[in-house]
Amino acid sequence: MLPELLQFILSGMTLGAMYMLSALGFSMIYNASGVINFAQGEFIMAGGMAASFLSAAGVPLPLACVAGVMIAGLVGGLVERLAVAPARDAAVASIIIITIGVSMILRGLTEILLGKRPYALPHFSGEAPLALRGATILPQSLWVLAAGALIVLGLSLFFGRTRIGKGMLATSYDRLAAQLVGVDVRRVLTLSFALSAAIGAVGGVVIAPISTVAYDTGMMLGLKGFVAATLGGLGSGPGAVFGGLFLGLIEALTAGYVSSAYKDAVPFILVFIVLVLRPQGLLGAKPTDRI
Amino acid sequence: MRALAIIEQKPQEAGDALLTVDGLTSAYSRIQVLHGVSIQVSAGQLVALVGANGAGKTTLLRCISGVQPISSGSVLMQGKPITGASADARVRAGVCQVPEGRHVFAPMTIEDNLRMGTHTRPAAEIADGLEEVFTLFPALRERRHQPAGVLSGGQQQMVALGRALMGKPRLLLLDEPSMGLAPLVVADIFRIIRMLRDTGMTILLVEQNARAALSIADHAYVMESGRIALQGRGRDLLKNDEVRRAYLGM
Repeated sequence: MLPELLQFILSGMTLGAMYMLSALGFSMIYNASGVINFAQGEFIMAGGMAASFLSAAGVPLPLACVAGVMIAGLVGGLVERLAVAPARDAAVASIIIITIGVSMILRGLTEILLGKRPYALPHFSGEAPLALRGATILPQSLWVLAAGALIVLGLSLFFGRTRIGKGMLATSYDRLAAQLVGVDVRRVLTLSFALSAAIGAVGGVVIAPISTVAYDTGMMLGLKGFVAATLGGLGSGPGAVFGGLFLGLIEALTAGYVSSAYKDAVPFILVFIVLVLRPQGLLGAKPTDRI
Repeated sequence: MRALAIIEQKPQEAGDALLTVDGLTSAYSRIQVLHGVSIQVSAGQLVALVGANGAGKTTLLRCISGVQPISSGSVLMQGKPITGASADARVRAGVCQVPEGRHVFAPMTIEDNLRMGTHTRPAAEIADGLEEVFTLFPALRERRHQPAGVLSGGQQQMVALGRALMGKPRLLLLDEPSMGLAPLVVADIFRIIRMLRDTGMTILLVEQNARAALSIADHAYVMESGRIALQGRGRDLLKNDEVRRAYLGM
């Protein structure tokens, strides 16, 4: 393979793993509530910022990372309890607007608390690039890919094996039926926000050493995650994985072969085309009529 | 026929009120649907609730299951108020509902649908429960690994009923179990309901098919515009002129 192409693919996969984690968060909340959570990017940012801040303050790196993820998870759960749950009976569109408001608040709070400057985490395993058939990859990229793979594996176990995971899945298929078999759907909603935030935050933490993180990093990551989720099929787990990696690759290839000036435009053009030709997304289930 | 362990009812004195609904009112936003409904279901009874479309039958069941807000009145299960309890707490108290329109988890397999019915139960009960449901509905056993969404209406109704039975109901709420099904399938569903009744299960059955419901009911209520219009033994109501004219087309 051409070293150049391989290089673009490697960086595309790293970026894609990040988008994938963001997309999984969108899909999970969408499944549980029908809401598109536009604060997803801020959850990612919160995780990266909290970990970076703690690490800079002298907390050991692994501890800072875990704490960052947990703080973001807590923020996610609180957002659901304080902002989304009280509007339970409102229309989905109203709740989506609430999440946009939440994203602004989270951005603003972070700016006030931690300032405007970008933060970074130290690389987990050094900064010496590894050579691979003429291309190079940062050890940190391997961390990003590994974290992405572990989360996908963990989620499939969670939804396939655990009682609460199955309850979440059942709620996404049929909320009334889930309530009638005793699934606590309010808990499912809170959990979906906390889990989405934690998963996004894992992405924010592992990518922070490579790309740095600031109070407003979340906006683009959130939008890209939304595009990835929509490309793959909103609400589909495999769709989020595929959409994220696909988007990362396309973006890296555009930046490499065309111009990095267009790399942010391509995802949005792509999602436009996909939504026109295949509204359910590339891997999304065809909407079927319920009887 | 062997008694189904799935029913596992504590021996209750016949005539004990298992479910008491008292003066229940409920509204969808500003439109009041129930105007002070009071009914009672005694342990071991099959009680039918009949009435025209829009009379409030489904709303009443939704209130009993806790998925529809109650404006006033009370719901008691074995004398204990559950009026403000969450839906999942009511399932744990033994109230299991088969909703109108079946509501199976379409992408899940039949077996997973049934397993979902044990969401509030200990995992140890799953294997026996599945066995009993498959004994009751042999057609489901062969297709256990197929998604429930591809099944016929009758089979979906069996899945929905099986799923509710997996929760070991003390009170089984059935909402229009015969709706949209072919006559032969309807007969089959009613045969199963009768059988469940004969094994001692307490059932509250909502039906538009008044004749079929009244002929198997121990006691029945007729609902009209959100109120109980008539009540009595199922057989007596079948002979009641008013009921015959309004609901049986005679």
